Amino acid sequence: MGTIALNSGLERTAFFYQSVVGKKVVMAVTGSVLCLFVLGHMLGNMQIYQGAEKLNNYAAFLQGLGAGLWAVRLVLLACVGLHILSAYQLWRLKLDARPTPYVKKATVATTYAARTMTWSGPIVLAFIIYHLLHFTTGQAHPDFRRGDVYHNVIAGFSNPAASLFYIVANILLAIHLYHGVWSMFQTVGVNHPRYTPWLKRLSKAYAWVIGIGNVSFPLAVLTGIVK
Amino acid sequence: MKIILNIWRQKNSSSPGKMVRYELGNVNEHMSFLEMLDVLNEELTRKGEEPVTFEHDCREGICGSCGFMINGIPHGPERGTTVCQLHMRHFHDGEELWLEPFRAKAFPVLKDLMVDRSAFDRIIAAGGYISINTGSAPEANSIPVKKQCADRAMDAAACIGCGACVAACPNASASLFVSAKIAHLGLLPQGEPERDRRAMRMVLKMTEEGFGYCTNTGECEAICPKGVKIENIAMMHRDFTRAVALFREESKAGGAG
Amino acid sequence: MAFQLDSRTPSGPLEQRWSKAKQEMKLVSPANRRKYTVIVVGSGLAGGSAAATLGELGYNVKCFSFHDSPRRAHSIAAQGGINAAKNYQNDGDSVYRLFYDTIKGGDFRSRESNVYRLAEVSVNIIDQCVAQGVPFAREYGGTLANRSFGGAQVSRTFYARGQTGQQLLLGCYQALERQVDAGRVQMFYRHEMLDLVVIDGRARGIVTRNLVTGSIDCHVADAVVLATGGYGNAFYLSTNAKNCNATAIWRAYKRGAGFGNPCYTQIHPTCIPQSGDYQSKLTLMSESLRNDGRIWVPKQKGDTRNPNEIPEDERDYYLERMYPAFGNLCPRDIASRAAKLMCDQGYGVGPGGRGVYLDFKESIGRLGRKTIEERYGNLFEMYERITGEDPYTVPMRIYPAVHYTMGGLWVDYHLQSTIPGLFVLGEANFSDHGANRLGASALMQGLADGYFIISYTVGHFLAQVKPGGVNTDHAEFRAARQEVDERTRRLLSIKGRKTVDDFHRELGKILWEFCGMARNAPGLKHALEKIPELREEFWQNVNVPGSAEDLNQSLEKAGRVADFLELGELMCLDALEREESCGGHFREEHQTEEGEAKRDDERFCHAAVWEYAGDGKRPVRHVEPLQFEFVHLAQRSYK
Ligand SMILES: Cc1cc2nc3c(=O)[nH]c(=O)nc-3n(C[C@H](O)[C@H](O)[C@H](O)COP(=O)(O)OP(=O)(O)OC[C@H]3O[C@@H](n4cnc5c(N)ncnc54)[C@H](O)[C@@H]3O)c2cc1C
Ligand code: FES
Repeated sequence: MGTIALNSGLERTAFFYQSVVGKKVVMAVTGSVLCLFVLGHMLGNMQIYQGAEKLNNYAAFLQGLGAGLWAVRLVLLACVGLHILSAYQLWRLKLDARPTPYVKKATVATTYAARTMTWSGPIVLAFIIYHLLHFTTGQAHPDFRRGDVYHNVIAGFSNPAASLFYIVANILLAIHLYHGVWSMFQTVGVNHPRYTPWLKRLSKAYAWVIGIGNVSFPLAVLTGIVK
Repeated sequence: MKIILNIWRQKNSSSPGKMVRYELGNVNEHMSFLEMLDVLNEELTRKGEEPVTFEHDCREGICGSCGFMINGIPHGPERGTTVCQLHMRHFHDGEELWLEPFRAKAFPVLKDLMVDRSAFDRIIAAGGYISINTGSAPEANSIPVKKQCADRAMDAAACIGCGACVAACPNASASLFVSAKIAHLGLLPQGEPERDRRAMRMVLKMTEEGFGYCTNTGECEAICPKGVKIENIAMMHRDFTRAVALFREESKAGGAG
Repeated sequence: MAFQLDSRTPSGPLEQRWSKAKQEMKLVSPANRRKYTVIVVGSGLAGGSAAATLGELGYNVKCFSFHDSPRRAHSIAAQGGINAAKNYQNDGDSVYRLFYDTIKGGDFRSRESNVYRLAEVSVNIIDQCVAQGVPFAREYGGTLANRSFGGAQVSRTFYARGQTGQQLLLGCYQALERQVDAGRVQMFYRHEMLDLVVIDGRARGIVTRNLVTGSIDCHVADAVVLATGGYGNAFYLSTNAKNCNATAIWRAYKRGAGFGNPCYTQIHPTCIPQSGDYQSKLTLMSESLRNDGRIWVPKQKGDTRNPNEIPEDERDYYLERMYPAFGNLCPRDIASRAAKLMCDQGYGVGPGGRGVYLDFKESIGRLGRKTIEERYGNLFEMYERITGEDPYTVPMRIYPAVHYTMGGLWVDYHLQSTIPGLFVLGEANFSDHGANRLGASALMQGLADGYFIISYTVGHFLAQVKPGGVNTDHAEFRAARQEVDERTRRLLSIKGRKTVDDFHRELGKILWEFCGMARNAPGLKHALEKIPELREEFWQNVNVPGSAEDLNQSLEKAGRVADFLELGELMCLDALEREESCGGHFREEHQTEEGEAKRDDERFCHAAVWEYAGDGKRPVRHVEPLQFEFVHLAQRSYK
């Protein structure tokens, strides 16, 4: 092997990204941003339990941020984009790396969550698109009122089919996080025999919290707890 | 006891292979798995058929030569055991087993259960060493090494290069193997000067050789016959990221003299 | 074609001989080194270290191995450790003491100058390996730890858990791969050397078979280095890796290299006993176990009670009884023979009564299970994996097994064989261990040869010859190639009824019985009749399936066994001719009244060197007299 030369920032980034480690680190870092967003998003939405006014005010506050909101949205969009791009490329690499499949293959340690990352990911993505059309832009909503988030949520979730999709997608999201959160730490190099077991527990707890929190919204509407 | 074997037979790397079924009548429970295959091979030879090719040498679980899949698990069902150390007492009478070679693009099948793992050597050649010419070493005790570091380095250095981690990984990643070397050398003061260079070059080579990436399933760690930990993979990611971020060109003026 | 057995040993004070020799050696200038091609066959500790070092110096190195990677060489299996006269423990060790122990351990059948040099460079080996990142065991203060090993009264053994050979080999392999990356060493994996080519009395190259494609190729060099390991597998069952073989040195012998002391084999006392006929190899349990384990047999013959139920006073701790000063730590040959004696007398335990107990109960009681686990955890696990018994609660059963061959190609002080330009290193040469090797000294010798000696002596040789001058079209190359080709085809064409292993097992039985732990003239004579018969049958009735153009493990094995069938005969012949007992070579006719080995320094204070005289002809026995200028020839006593 010759000597490695990285003359510009671009070369440095390219070198990093071209390696299997670099792509994975990009995936982990973008994943962690999205992960925090998911938590914030859920906590914000919890205000639905405090009534229409509280939730709508919160929405108005966010809208009022203007450029700030767009900045956040752009960052999130970039993260989603990179997360997906790296995921796609890694998935291709995986297919390349083992062209002949096993006749028989068993797993010993892989959790259900880890095994399903490659398809829980795309379904969650489809869900996000639907979610945006449903509650943010309204095209997929039968009775969308700009500014009245509370109404949109109640009306949207009154449709059992839409609610079901929400519930399934959020369970998948939780499963994705179940493996993903711990995996992020591992990928960026955090592993210690003492703390890693705790990180794994944290990861599971995180997934449960997000899963239960998000699934609670459609359930609350369907069961009439929130009207 | 009786064992039914379905074994992958493939003449060479360019011809296709298939599963072939064999029945073996008089298997002794104290035999090792490879001794059981020896018996099969003796039978095949006597019948004028070609015996099953599999790699093996030390039969003590240290050289890393042996290794194939038994019912979808590299080195078979016993944890912490290479296939040469696996004994038939762990199987039951009449059990049916599927034997397949390790599968990865970077490990082409040479014949039957034997694969070419020279990609591992090329990764080591890319940087899995400490540059020290014979004769230039300082007195051995002049650099003290923390016992914990030496022990951890030894844990990582216990890797036997059998390739089971690649075989078990859903992505055919060599991360456990590569990281074990990066950790072994990186944990020692002697390996510190080349730590960045080593991480960069070895990861680059691993990518070039066509291995997949790590999705942290922990499959490799679970089946590693030597118990090498994925803690090392975290260290590799850390070292690599830091190395690329802090990389500096070698001085244009060159060395002294 | 009588040999000139000039050992080229320097004269003068022992401590100055190696320095003096180095000073007198000729050098090749750095710019000229790449013009010289050196072939190194073998990439274990000896070959790997030699190839890496010669590469660093700038020679054009071609390294061959039948393995798929240097890391698989048999050296990887060494467990216990490596000796070096560092005296870190302040317990009175010194270069001289290591030298003396090695000479004495070898029963005064090795060359003083060589052994002293070995002890001298042992300290450099540790420095080198530590710098390479070999994770030797350490003390809390960060310095290197040591243990005492197999019969030594000082703690001079460095170790990396129970995987010392592995770690040393990985260090050496990494150094080698670094040279591969630098383009100075070209590796030929899965290539088996099948012949040596000698032109005008000088080794000029080798013929190899590519084990994957079957192609037979010639390679030219200015010097050839063989580091192909030992031939313990002649016995079929041994602790050696399955593929260890004598082919390289045997073909070199047939091209004119003298074979030194072929009968010197070491039988290791602590191996897991055989469990059945299907057994393919024997597993060594590191000798370090004897530091804390006590060896015993029941006092009553044929006692089949559970060992834990046999009370203390019904146990015979026979090593402690017979050798009170050294007890369980007496040298390997003595411990092995004592075990055989006990079993022959009917005290043995386990299947077929071929085993003795190695018991840790007392030391677990004294040191605690944790300490024992720390020291031997992986060995205990290995034992349990193989036997299904837990050695923490049930004593291990052990029995001696063939382990190491002190014999090998004869070399002079420069490690050059009787063929100029052919150097032999590691276990493949007849080595510095005399008639018996001390524990943890083979790794030391292999690395001393490869890192620190060959670089000087090959350079000295090359400085006196012009590079190049022949190519593979030379008649000798073509002839050798054709011979290899014909032999391969012949093996495949026999299509007999017995498998290669059938023959190998049979040879093994003959050698074990008549040329094993104890030998006698009638037995050896019997073996000398049996082996040629077996060989004859082999060439008429062996079945080697498959083709020559493919990866063919049966063919590989057949070639190796064919050579063992010839070498086995030479081993017996040498054993018969050496009418004395020394080290690992125990002739029943030559023992003291107490059953101890009796040397005959009058007649046999020499190395026997055999010269090939043609197929079917009796080889010629030459001798290299051994002079002891610095140590006093004494009867070994470990009482
Ligand atoms: C189980 C066991 C435990 C041991 N423990 C210890 C210990 O604790 N301490 C100690 O000091 N010693 C120990 N020994 C002895 C020691 O390991 C060996 O003597 C030593 O490693 C031999 O090294 P080597 O380099 O000479 O040969 P090897 O390591 O055997 O290497 C031989 C090389 O030659 C190649 N080769 C052979 N023939 C050919 C051919 N025809 N063509 C091409 N390539 C060929 C092989 O591929 C290989 O690379 C132990 C031995 C055994 C069996
Ligand atoms: S044969 Fe050496 S590890 Fe199995």
